[in-house]
Amino acid sequence: MRHSFEVRIGPVGFRIGSDWRAPIAHLETLYRDYPKPLDGVPDFTVRLFARRPWRRFLRPSVEIGGDYMLPEAAPLPLRQGLLAAEMAMNLQMALGARRYLLLHASAVERDGRALLMTGISGAGKSTLATLLAARGWRFMGDEFALLDPATGLIHAFPRLISLKNDAIAAAEAAWPTARMGPLMPATPKGDIRHMVPDARAIAAMDVPARPALLVFPRYGFAPEIRAVQPGEAFVRMTQASTNYVALGEAGFRALTGLIAAVPSVAVDYPDGASAIAQVEALWAEL
Amino acid sequence: MHDSLYHGPPEGGLLVAPLDEFTAVYHRASGITHLLTEPAPQILAILGEGALSLDALLDRLGLDYDLADGTREALAARLAELVESGLVERA
Repeated sequence: MRHSFEVRIGPVGFRIGSDWRAPIAHLETLYRDYPKPLDGVPDFTVRLFARRPWRRFLRPSVEIGGDYMLPEAAPLPLRQGLLAAEMAMNLQMALGARRYLLLHASAVERDGRALLMTGISGAGKSTLATLLAARGWRFMGDEFALLDPATGLIHAFPRLISLKNDAIAAAEAAWPTARMGPLMPATPKGDIRHMVPDARAIAAMDVPARPALLVFPRYGFAPEIRAVQPGEAFVRMTQASTNYVALGEAGFRALTGLIAAVPSVAVDYPDGASAIAQVEALWAEL
Repeated sequence: MHDSLYHGPPEGGLLVAPLDEFTAVYHRASGITHLLTEPAPQILAILGEGALSLDALLDRLGLDYDLADGTREALAARLAELVESGLVERA
């Protein structure tokens, strides 16, 4: 690889190699305040490579590669190279992580306790985590929460916040001083813009938190709160974990332990302000 | 056929976590997680103590539960499901 960059996000070290300078330059800028991998050894290697050597000059397109591969991972145009890098980092985590049960959830922390929010794409995981962080919660991550099977604690994974479509303006309004990556219009996931988590999130990223509440948010509905029974919560979280099966017994123990330890609540909400009020009220009753 | 013995997994072969009306069961031999409702967890617990025939299992369940008519057929159906899932073996 002609260009490369190393970074540590929470407990996970990455090395990103690229045939082009541009995506690496973006990563260097946006992750400038993050540490390097522990002992200089990355856990995962991500490669962004030209499909064929001449394509680097002719019609640049970024192909995603790494230690773990999906055959259908499609090439992206070079102007979306930063998105490709982030997607590739997620892919390596999702397929390769073994130390933690990976929960596809956003997480924020207050008073040493973590609030987990999980749901399908568009449910508002990233947006809600961003809005809560703007109100004094510590941002732990918008994509993956790392559940340690040995301790039951949630470890932070505060990568760049991936904002989509309407969430871009909402997050910019909540965090006017946040550093933002380039706007990437019309990607396969819509308009995307990355936001750098605040300094507190980065400084405290090695501090885990005890999970206290599991929320299943749903955007676009009248405000409603409903308890989710443990059986349903367990099934939904097995589906929301990318490595539950791979972890085997450790994953079973970690997930049944989480479900037994924290209340699970479905939250329907019409807009961000309403969601924040609903979540704050739930938290106050814990 | 009538004397078939049903075996549960060997001791320590299952991790069992009651959730609500569902019980999550991790089968170590296959690495598969099962979500079970009554009376499957109770059947597995009894067969975990030793292999039993259908009638002996029925008697054993009768010690703890008030069994109604038609229970034998229902129990045979539940056992067939557990055999199908790999959690119980028929010898």
